[in-house]
Amino acid sequence: MGMTITEKILAKHAGVDFVEPGEIVKANLDLVLGNDITAPIAIKVFEETGASDVFDKDRIAIVPDHSVPNKDIKSAELVNICRKFAKKYNITNFFELSKMGIEHTLLPDEGLVGPGDCVIGADSHTCTYGALGAFSTGVGSTDLGCAMAVGNTWFKIPEQIKFVYYGKLNKWVSGKDLILYTIGKIGVDGALYKSMEFTGEVIDVLDMAGRFTMCNMAIEAGGKNGIIAPDEKTMAFVNGRLKRSMEVLQSDKDAKYSQVVEINCSELEPQVSFPHLPENTKNVSEATGIEIQQAVIGSCTNGRIEDMRVAAEILKGRKVNPSVRCIVIPGTHDIHLQMTREGITEILLEAGACVSTPTCGPCLGGHMGVLAKGERAISTTNRNFVGRMGHTESEVYLASPAIAAASAVLGRIGSPEEL
Amino acid sequence: MIGKVHKFKSNVDTDVIIPARYLNTTDPKELASHCMEDIDVDFSKNVKQGDIIVAEDNFGCGSSREHAPIAIKASGVFCVIANDFARIFYRNSINIGLPILECKEAVAGISEGDELDVDLTTGVIKNLTTGKEYKAKPFPSYIIELINDGGLINHIKKMVK
Repeated sequence: MGMTITEKILAKHAGVDFVEPGEIVKANLDLVLGNDITAPIAIKVFEETGASDVFDKDRIAIVPDHSVPNKDIKSAELVNICRKFAKKYNITNFFELSKMGIEHTLLPDEGLVGPGDCVIGADSHTCTYGALGAFSTGVGSTDLGCAMAVGNTWFKIPEQIKFVYYGKLNKWVSGKDLILYTIGKIGVDGALYKSMEFTGEVIDVLDMAGRFTMCNMAIEAGGKNGIIAPDEKTMAFVNGRLKRSMEVLQSDKDAKYSQVVEINCSELEPQVSFPHLPENTKNVSEATGIEIQQAVIGSCTNGRIEDMRVAAEILKGRKVNPSVRCIVIPGTHDIHLQMTREGITEILLEAGACVSTPTCGPCLGGHMGVLAKGERAISTTNRNFVGRMGHTESEVYLASPAIAAASAVLGRIGSPEEL
Repeated sequence: MIGKVHKFKSNVDTDVIIPARYLNTTDPKELASHCMEDIDVDFSKNVKQGDIIVAEDNFGCGSSREHAPIAIKASGVFCVIANDFARIFYRNSINIGLPILECKEAVAGISEGDELDVDLTTGVIKNLTTGKEYKAKPFPSYIIELINDGGLINHIKKMVK
C-alpha cells in the first residue's frame, strides 16, 4: 500500500519503511524552534532534563518575535533568558532585532527549513513550513525543551485528509481566502489530530506566499500539519536559500486518505471570518457595511513581500479612512528593507498607514495595536477568538491583505472592487 | 478524588484560558490568578483545590502556549474531562501532568456544580450528584508509559543519562 507525503517523511525520520495512522513513532528532528514566550519555559525544562549540551547547536532556532521590540520589562526579561541560553550553548540561529522576523516567515526565508524536513516548534503556527513539502507541527514548551536535549520526539501518525482545489481563482481571491473557506467548510475541529494535504490545479498555480498562508492556518481547523507536495515553484524558492540537503517526496497514487474534500474555486469570492471563530466564514459581499476602527496587515499568515505588494497596489494614490488606524507589519527585517527598496513603504505612509518593525504584536493582543472595548478590526492574522486582539468586547474579522487594505480606505469591510 | 464541576461549551481556546496579555510571566501562581478570565471572570475566585473542568468539543484549541494547562493545574483543577481535546493542548497536558480524560457520555450527563469522583487509574468517573457512572477512553500504551515515568521530563532524563 502507498503512503502520503506526511507518512513518508515521518517513516524516514523514524528509521522505518512503512507507517500507518494510529501508530506511535519516535522521529528524529531536523529543526526545533522556540520564541520569546515559549522558549523560556523550554529552557527551564531543558535544564531539568540534566542534559550537558543541546543535541545540535545548528538545528535549534530561537526567535524573539512576539513582544519585540520589548514591550515591557517582563517581556525584556524573557528575551534575556533566550539570549543568555543562546550564548551559553552557542546556538547558531538566534535572531536579534537587526536580523529578526516573525518566526514562520523568517525561517523559510533564511533557508533553515526545506522539503522533506521533520520540524517541531513551540508555536502552533509551525505548520507553515508544510508549504515547502516539510512535515512541521506545533508543540508546547516541554516538548521543545526535551527535543533540544535529545533531537527527537514522539508522534502519532495522523489520519490524512486530501483537499482538491479545482477551477480558476477570481480576481482578489488568494491563498487566505482558500484556507478561510476551507475552515468554514470543515469547522475549527474538522481536521482535529489529522494531516491536511492541499492539492489540485489551483494549488499548482498558487504562489509560495499563498501556499505558506494556507499551511499556516491548518491549525485553525485543528490540523496536525498542512502540507503541499514540492514542485518547480518550491524549488525556485529554496534554491540559493536552503542551507541543508533536501528530499523531495510526493504522495503515492494509492496512498490512503480518511477523507477527500473537493472545492470548486471558480465560484469563490474573497472571504471574511466573523467573530469569534475562524470557521465563521462568509463572502465579503455579505460583510459590507460593517464599520471598522483598525486594519492590520501582517503576521506569520500574511506578512510576506507579496502581501505588502497587494496592500500597496490598493493603497497607492488613496487615503486610509480618517476613522481607521491602518497598521502594516512586514514579516521580517529583510522584507521591510525590500518594501523600502520597491517604494512600498512610501506608498503606505503617504496613504496614512503606519508601518511597524516586524512583530507578532497585535495578532495576539500583545502590543502595537490593541483594541479597546467595542472596537472592531479587520485583520490578515489567523485568529478571532474572544479578546484575541484586546478587550473581550472587541471584535476581529479575518481576511486577506486585499480586503484589509480596501476596508482601511472604505472605513468599513469591503472589497477593492468597491474603490 | 472528589471535586465540583465547572462546565464549559465547545472550542474553549487557549486565549480565553490564559489571555496573551499575561504571557509576559511564566509563574504558575500568577497565571492561575487569570485562568479562564476572558470566559468566566470569577473562575479564579470560585475554583477550589480538586475541582474539575468539564467541556464539550475541541478543548484547548488555538495557540501552543503551555501556560494554558499550567494555569489550569496551578488553579487547583484536578482534571479536565471533554469530548475531545485540541492536539497540542493534549500533548502539553500529558507532558506537565495535568490529567485529561475523553468521555462523551460523561460530558453529556454532567452539569455545572455536580460533584464527581474520578479514578485516574481506571478512568471511571462517578457523578455523585446523579449517581451515574462513566468510563473514559483509555490512553494509548506509549502515553501510559510517559505517565508512569512521571511525565516527559522524567522520561527524557532516562534517555540523556
